Amino acid sequence: MQIAIASGKGGTGKTTLAVSLALAIPKAVTLLDCDVEEPNCHIFLAPTVERSEAIGVLVPVVDLDRCLGCGSCSRFCQYHAIAGLDTGPLIFPELCHSCGGCVRVCPTGALTEKTREIGLVEDGWAGRTRLIQGRLRIGEASSPPLIRAVRRRAPENGVVLIDCPPGTSCPVIAALRGVDFVILVTEPTPFGLHDLRLAVDMVRALSIPLGVVVNRSTEGNRTVRDYCEDEGVSLLLEIPDSREVAEAYSRGQLAVGALPGLRRDLHRLYRRIETRVKSTTATGRRECTVPIREAEPADRPVRETGGNETERKGFF
Amino acid sequence: MKVVVTARGSSLDSPMDPRFGRAERFILVDDASEGFHVIENSQNLNAAQGAGLQAAEIVSRAGANCVLTGHCGPKAFKALSAAGIRIYTGVGGTVGDALDRLRSGQLKQAESPDTEGHAF
Repeated sequence: MQIAIASGKGGTGKTTLAVSLALAIPKAVTLLDCDVEEPNCHIFLAPTVERSEAIGVLVPVVDLDRCLGCGSCSRFCQYHAIAGLDTGPLIFPELCHSCGGCVRVCPTGALTEKTREIGLVEDGWAGRTRLIQGRLRIGEASSPPLIRAVRRRAPENGVVLIDCPPGTSCPVIAALRGVDFVILVTEPTPFGLHDLRLAVDMVRALSIPLGVVVNRSTEGNRTVRDYCEDEGVSLLLEIPDSREVAEAYSRGQLAVGALPGLRRDLHRLYRRIETRVKSTTATGRRECTVPIREAEPADRPVRETGGNETERKGFF
Repeated sequence: MKVVVTARGSSLDSPMDPRFGRAERFILVDDASEGFHVIENSQNLNAAQGAGLQAAEIVSRAGANCVLTGHCGPKAFKALSAAGIRIYTGVGGTVGDALDRLRSGQLKQAESPDTEGHAF
C-alpha cells in the first residue's frame, strides 16, 4: 500500500507527518523522500545509508559532420532545448525532457543520446524504517526523473509512505501518481486553505482517494473544517498548535515524542486509511503508469557505502 | 552587414524594445540594400519558455551579423554567440538612433549576458 503525504502550501508539516506516521505504524515501513530538492526526512531519522546510486537522464549530442542543418530536431522539441542555428543545432541539456524525439526525427542519424547525471538515490535504514531518498544536483531544473527513480526503488509489498514536494506542479504529480491514498496536510490559515483547494482539485483529477490533516490547529478555528464539510472531503486528524512540538522540531526531534497521544492518533489514522484502501482497491494496487526513460543501469555508477558511521556522516 | 534591432513598432522611428526574446518585432537592416525588413515575433512574445532561444533562431536564420537590444539572457546569448552573431545590449532610443550609434562606433559589443535566465 502506498500513501503519499502532500500539500499545496509549503511548510505545513508534510515531513513531520510523514516521519511521525512512519514511526507510529506498528510494522516495517518504507519512507520515500521525494522532496528531492530538499530531502529532510533524514534529519529526523538519522539513517545509515547502505547504497548510493547516481541517476542519469538521456540527452542528445550532435555529430556536426553528419548534420545537414535541416532544423528538424529544433522544430520537434517542445521544450526549446535545441536551437536550430545556421551553424547547426545548439543543445541546452538543462531544458531537455529526455523524450528522445529529436533523435528519431533526425534524417541523418547525427543525434545520439548520452547520459547526464542529475542526482542521487540513497537507500538506508533507521531502525526498522527503510528510507529511500532522492537528492537533486544543485542547479538542476527538473526533478521528476529523479522522483520517478526513487519511486521505482520502492518495494512491491508492505507499507510505503511518500513525502512529496510542495505545490501542485509536475514534481508533485510524479511523486503521487498511482498511489493508493493521499494525505493532504494543511494549516488553518487563508494561504493554507487556498492551496488546499488547489491540492484537492489536483488529487481529484488523478482519481486518488484523499483525506486532510490540519497541522497547527487552534481551538475554535473552523477555516479548514468548514471547507472539508462543504466539499465532502474527510478531515482525518487535527494536530494542535503546540510550542512543545515546535521546540522539539527545532532540535531535530519529532512531534510524536513531544505531543502525548499523537502516536496513538496517527496509528488510528493509518488504520482508517488501510480500511478505506482495502475496501476500494479489491483488485490490487493500481499500476504506476509513468513513462520510464531512465539511463540504463550499466551507465549508472553504483556506490555501495557499506553503511558504517563515518560514511553515513559523509552522505548526510 | 545585416543588423537586427528589437523594436516596438515597424519603422526606423519606432522605439526599441528593451527585451530580446520577447521583443514585439525585429527590424532587419542590410547595409548592402536600401530599406529594411520587419520580422514579427508574436509567437515568442507569449511563449511559456524558450523565447530567447527561438528569437535567436529567427535572427540566425535571417542571416544577421549583429543584434542591438536592451537586455539579453544567458541562453539567448549563448545561442547568438554560437551562431557568430555580435550582441550589443543596453541600447535604447529609436531604431534609427541605435543604427546611427552603431555606425559611428559608439556602441560596445557585449561580452556576457546582462540578465538572469528565466526560462522556467
